[in-house]
Amino acid sequence: MVGREKTVKNRGITSWLFRQGNMIKKDYKRYKFVYFMIIPVVAFYILFHYVPLGGAIIAFKNFSPKLGIWGSEWAGLKHFTDFFSSFYFERTLVNTLVISFMDLLFGFPAPIILALMLNEVRSRHFKKAVQTISYLPHFISVVVICGLLRDFFSINGLVNSIIQAFGGTPSQFLNEPGAFKPIFVGSNVWQSFGWGSIIYLASLTSIDPQLYEAATIDGAGRWKQTLNITVPGILPTMITLLILRIGSVMSVGFEKIILLYNPLTYEAAEVISTYVYKKGLIDMNYSFSTAVGLFNSIINCALLIIANFVSRKVNGTSIW
Amino acid sequence: MNKTAKNRIRLPLPQKIFNVFNILFLLMIVVITLYPFWHALMVSISSPSRYMKHNGAMLTPLDIDFASYSAVFTNPNMGYGFFNSFVNVAVGVIVGLLLTIMAAYALTRKNFYFKRPLMFLMVLTMFISGGLIPMYLTVDSLNLINTRWSVILPMLINTYNVVVTRVFFSSIPDSLEESARLDGANDLVILFKIFVPISMPIIAVVTLFIAVDRWNAWFYPMIFLNKRSLFPVSLILREILIANDTSAMTANVSVGDKEPIAETIKYATMIVSILPVVAIYPFLQKYFIQGMMLGAVKE
Repeated sequence: MVGREKTVKNRGITSWLFRQGNMIKKDYKRYKFVYFMIIPVVAFYILFHYVPLGGAIIAFKNFSPKLGIWGSEWAGLKHFTDFFSSFYFERTLVNTLVISFMDLLFGFPAPIILALMLNEVRSRHFKKAVQTISYLPHFISVVVICGLLRDFFSINGLVNSIIQAFGGTPSQFLNEPGAFKPIFVGSNVWQSFGWGSIIYLASLTSIDPQLYEAATIDGAGRWKQTLNITVPGILPTMITLLILRIGSVMSVGFEKIILLYNPLTYEAAEVISTYVYKKGLIDMNYSFSTAVGLFNSIINCALLIIANFVSRKVNGTSIW
Repeated sequence: MNKTAKNRIRLPLPQKIFNVFNILFLLMIVVITLYPFWHALMVSISSPSRYMKHNGAMLTPLDIDFASYSAVFTNPNMGYGFFNSFVNVAVGVIVGLLLTIMAAYALTRKNFYFKRPLMFLMVLTMFISGGLIPMYLTVDSLNLINTRWSVILPMLINTYNVVVTRVFFSSIPDSLEESARLDGANDLVILFKIFVPISMPIIAVVTLFIAVDRWNAWFYPMIFLNKRSLFPVSLILREILIANDTSAMTANVSVGDKEPIAETIKYATMIVSILPVVAIYPFLQKYFIQGMMLGAVKE
């Protein structure tokens, strides 16, 4: 018997839709409960991620809460140009980039160095103890960290008393623009270097020990081994994490900045994301703030794509 | 005669020196990491009046005095605060975990028609977002401002957790599922009676991550809540630690007795708020290290 093959006579879109509909029906029969399972999940993502995403359209309008999104008139790129020509554009952009760069410069190598050092430790107990302790700052709320910072750097605080012990003059560090970025970045490194070392330690364990043995036989010292085996071994991890970090350059931990800054340090501390907060929720300049936020997101996205592309070309390692 | 087993490798001198420095360096890191907390603890159990006159490092408490802690526990704000934080954590963990494992399970179903779109839907949100104001307006339009839900719902599912859970689920052998299906189990049974018990390590990790996130969250509570009775501990902490500090901007003069009491109370509140997390995380260390490794192996 010759089997009858289903031939698709009509290649139109209705036919395609019809076929998909059939497939979905079959799929539903098989995966009925799964469909139920994802209903709340999809609802969540649509409600709290994609609806706000769509709401970002108010960046191109003069949004007024009374008129609503649809009732408000269009403003085109007005808010964007307002932002670019404003006094704050340069300041926030520079602060964002400088803080991110400092964060990268100090915060990126620190976990790697810690992982490398922990890797050299012979005693398992000591290693585990140090690790456990190093994770602690990561779990502490940024509010507590800022509370500690405020006290330590206050005029009667720990840092000033040490300075005085060395004969220096105390100062109210959190009021000084020049001190803001170092304190901010320093505490970032302090909080995250332990947690960040987890991934590196994990990838260190995946390096073939035979490579080390061969190197020792060949007479390579510890240092040479580190350079030629360890570093290349964790290089893919490093690059992936570096790309991810570059992708968040513009969203520089603004929660912490809000907790740490004050009008005296605005010039050094105000970044784009804190500006979005100030303009949006405090000045209630909704459209303008959304435009600035959109600008921020777009730059972030672009950086991520560029970093990924460059890494793929140069190294073969990339996220996608 | 053969020397058995334990070959003590004789390390060359430079190696030994390096090891010593390494250990010293790591000990220094331990001190830098722990000192702030030790300081906080010491101040919190010190006598408030003696602390006023003190400057600098605190290695031992000044006259052990638990007055600050009793002040913390008798503060009605803290009562509300703990209740609200607890509710946020409990609901966030229970509902969030449920949704996370359901999403991860759906993503591991072979030939599930919407698998790819679902994955794309979720991962895309990790890279772009509408921003702060649209989120605020969305919550507002749902009439959730100033309700408990405004703090719980927006952060219900964290895509990173879903990814990690999914990787773990996909490492569960198919044979388990197949034999269950032969016995007539449907997806609900498979997920909750088979996958979940096997995945306790990853569930422990995700629970920890969600719990810590919810406990420490302060920004959404700050922008969405006006009613003090809804404030979580983190907001109360923010008031005490940040608002109290405006005095430092004006002058260095301490105003009578009120100020030193405030200092030790600040620290006592800090200690009380971090105690739950600090007490728990070391026991889950093994699990979250595994979890982090899984998260890095994104397929």
